[in-house]
Amino acid sequence: MSANPETSAPQADAEHDEHGHHPTPRDYVRIALILAVLTLMEYSTYVFDFGGLGIPLLVVLIAVKFVYVASWFMHLKFDTKIFSRFMYGGLALAFTLYVLTLIIILFASATGME
Amino acid sequence: MTAGAHETTLGLDHRKLAMWVFLGSEFLFFGGFIAAYLLYLDTTAGGPGVEIFDIPFTTISSFVLLMSSLTMVLAHHAHTKGDMRRMRLWVLATAGQGAVFLGGQVFEFNVFWREGLIYGDSPFASAFYTLTGFHGIHVFIGILMLLGLYSLTLTGKIKPGQPIKTEMIGLYWHFVDIIWVLIFGVVYLIPELALLE
Repeated sequence: MSANPETSAPQADAEHDEHGHHPTPRDYVRIALILAVLTLMEYSTYVFDFGGLGIPLLVVLIAVKFVYVASWFMHLKFDTKIFSRFMYGGLALAFTLYVLTLIIILFASATGME
Repeated sequence: MTAGAHETTLGLDHRKLAMWVFLGSEFLFFGGFIAAYLLYLDTTAGGPGVEIFDIPFTTISSFVLLMSSLTMVLAHHAHTKGDMRRMRLWVLATAGQGAVFLGGQVFEFNVFWREGLIYGDSPFASAFYTLTGFHGIHVFIGILMLLGLYSLTLTGKIKPGQPIKTEMIGLYWHFVDIIWVLIFGVVYLIPELALLE
């Protein structure tokens, strides 16, 4: 049999454990339930009138759902910080791109360059 | 820790590092489309706008995609434990939920098209279809990868000692899910709420 460069299952477990507690299926189901409730809360902002609070509440709910999926399902909570930097760095760059485009469009419309 | 065949000088698996670099760049890809959509929100050229969205329907398909992330992470967990039968079951469940989500998107596109939201008729329509369409393509690619993973474990080409393969596909799948978390909120709900206010 040729040498297998992959780690065996117990070794892979040990690699995960070196970053602390590795979640169990029960933990994953609990996170999924939280995410389901958060989605229901998002939907409630459409059904019920929250007035001026609706959009800020929605933004918070989106951010919480995002962090839950990234931290638990993508294992960023247990993995090296480098992966988190790629994830949140990419997100920050994307947001910067939006803000810059918005500024350019506002500037263009204000100066009649459209 | 000894240097393995797949480690970088950072001591990380190079395949996993490459996947994270790719996912980081994908944020910019979707960030550009989300930015374009938000900037063209009011440019409907007399055609339908955000009022066309069916929020209850999209909430259900969002829920299905969110739950597919649970089955995906359970598939990875089963693989790390060497339980390949359970792993394959969760992989199929994930692919199935992805297919349901995709079917919902095709149905939604059909309804919107018949109601006059035509690609190319307005910057809003083009931005909407391009963004959600590209996300749909990502889901489709994810389903193909899941089915590939399923068959490779059946034929024994992926073994119980190789959970990194499931982890890679899982990362891609969770990314597709996390992008939909943003799209559902920023593309569907926030503009709809702004319209109601």
